[in-house]
Amino acid sequence: MNAKERILGKLRASLQGTTPVADDYDVGLLTEPWRYGDETRIARLRQMLEAVHGETLLTTSAEWPARVVEALSARNIDELLISPATAHGQQFAGHLALTGSALRLKAYDRPVEAWKDELFFHTPASLTGTLGGIAATGSLVLWPTPQEPRLMSLVPPFHIALLKASEVRDNFHEFMHEHRWAAGLPTNALLVSGPSKTADIQQTLAYGAHGPKELLVLILEDA
Amino acid sequence: MSNPAQTPAQPITFKRNAREALADPQLRRNFRGAMDFLMDKRRSQFPDGDELERLRAFGNRVRARALSKLPELLERLDANLSRNGVRVHWAETVEEANAIVHGIVERHAAKKIIKGKSMVSEEMEMNHYLGDRGVDCLESDMGEFIVQLREEKPAHIIMPAIHLNAGQVAQLFHDKLDVDYTEDVDRLIQIGRETLRRKFFEADIGVSGVNFAIAETGTLLLVENEGNGRMSTTVPPVHIAVTGIEKVVENLRDVIPLLSLLTRSATGQAITTYVNMISSPRKADELDGPQEVHLVLLDNGRSQAFADGELRQTLNCIRCGACMNHCPVYTRIGGHAYGTVYPGPIGKIITPHMLGLETTRDLPTASSMCGACGEVCPVKIPIPSLLRRLREEAVRPPAAEPHHMRGQGAKYSKKETMIWKAWRKLNTSPGLYRAAMYAGTRLRGLMPANIGPWTEHRSAPKPAARTLHELAREHLGDQ
Ligand code: SF4
Repeated sequence: MNAKERILGKLRASLQGTTPVADDYDVGLLTEPWRYGDETRIARLRQMLEAVHGETLLTTSAEWPARVVEALSARNIDELLISPATAHGQQFAGHLALTGSALRLKAYDRPVEAWKDELFFHTPASLTGTLGGIAATGSLVLWPTPQEPRLMSLVPPFHIALLKASEVRDNFHEFMHEHRWAAGLPTNALLVSGPSKTADIQQTLAYGAHGPKELLVLILEDA
Repeated sequence: MSNPAQTPAQPITFKRNAREALADPQLRRNFRGAMDFLMDKRRSQFPDGDELERLRAFGNRVRARALSKLPELLERLDANLSRNGVRVHWAETVEEANAIVHGIVERHAAKKIIKGKSMVSEEMEMNHYLGDRGVDCLESDMGEFIVQLREEKPAHIIMPAIHLNAGQVAQLFHDKLDVDYTEDVDRLIQIGRETLRRKFFEADIGVSGVNFAIAETGTLLLVENEGNGRMSTTVPPVHIAVTGIEKVVENLRDVIPLLSLLTRSATGQAITTYVNMISSPRKADELDGPQEVHLVLLDNGRSQAFADGELRQTLNCIRCGACMNHCPVYTRIGGHAYGTVYPGPIGKIITPHMLGLETTRDLPTASSMCGACGEVCPVKIPIPSLLRRLREEAVRPPAAEPHHMRGQGAKYSKKETMIWKAWRKLNTSPGLYRAAMYAGTRLRGLMPANIGPWTEHRSAPKPAARTLHELAREHLGDQ
């Protein structure tokens, strides 16, 4: 008998003659206190994100590239990691070409091993899309893909995320249910709520522990 | 330092540790401040008492349901993770778990490990085990990093460096990392960030814990604020997650109430910065993520707790730390005094299953039984009654059936048993009782002034001149 069989054997013996506890999942408790309605949903998301040092900006699907350029230039950043294979990546590249911006774009187009040093030490900012947002907790839902890999939202000190207002839901239960998460999850699904932080030294909050020091969420009101 | 991986022959010296901690005013100030802070934060997250109570009951049922089908769920978890490409290993003891991890390390000829926060790896003393075999394990959670630099153990399961203030961390970084002395917390965190970023970059293997393992989808869920958990589970080519067998939940949606309870109870946050759900290693078309993901499922005494319907509730724990934050004993002596990986109320009910009652016999008695731990526990573990039960197990004759705790009877004493027998006889025989009370009141002058620890800080009790019965009779007559 191996360890698995021995452990399971012990557990089974302990359960002999018992019946499993019924599933009386209380959906109402996870949704009712966390409803916002169309007027306040985005306000709630922004308030929650800003309370944890996230920055949010209302914009539109036509204007967001200009907002990204402004945010980068305000920080003296001249380089952005972006996925050219996504629609938003292409839109942003088009915007730069049109405006003749000097901003350099960097693509995550090789396995991380091929450019780890550059990613870790010479990539100041990144832009990614999101699957949506959750108003109750002020969370972005990230669903990394081969086009927008996991480390894009983690390693660069400044992370800009695009969020369609229409993809924001009131609470986690609603989001998970609507997107049928139980039917299949990607390699690494994520909720991100603000920039990285810690209160490990004398309960004093400090941002930028290991992940992004700054998180800017561009909320596209017309999308 | 004692190594819990190898059962220490000597009982944990809880009483001496507690005395030393009580004599350290700096430590007491640090803990008092930290616990007040955490209690306030938690309170602010639960403004609606009714919601809190319903959610606690819900959390309790979700956990109880998972435990009521634990073997089935573990098998489903194993099957679904395997289908997703994650390799699952099972270990009955910490020695087995360490050997499994070491086997993976050796296969990859790995030399450098970066760790996210994991209490189970503390249980395993993994750093020590691998360190002895030439493998360097570095903690990457800021608090864990700090305690590792001090060659200490975490003092709290959520905030490992809670026993230190900024000045102490400043001095530590100055001494160990060769940086200018600064008490500016932002600067200190940036020093930690810069030091550790290089280590994530270089690591051969990342190790993490697991907050919830989801049977339905084959997913490992981790919560954290710093991003070190994400780094440790994404950057190195191999990720090893270690967890106890009780951490499984049935369905993906079951994590919603538990997450809400965990983050609000632990640090008073609506949610942590990152909720990381890992379901597979890097796929063929993906550009990052580990090539291999392993899960080590550890028993280490959990199946013993599971064997008893009452003690099984111990395994409901979601490791939020609220019980320690609200415990008057923990607040005064701090986490290290317990001498165990899990301190405070949860430690007192889980550690005896891991190490046996021989070495942990003092822990169940280290409680004022005020009930605060049971009242705050988000999954309603009746900690005080489990403590009482463990006290009973410790004094039950070693061979008594039906349930066998390891170390059952560690505090059993024939003398004490005789005394309690005599006590019962006295209290159930009216004539004997009256005679004893008469003697006790009339001979009250013989009561010694010094009765051991009781009189260290209090005056000795003195029987009254007349018993209550006598006084009542005087006032009321023989009615
Ligand atoms: S016993 Fe309850 S309060 Fe204590 S850590 Fe576990 S879940 Fe939290």
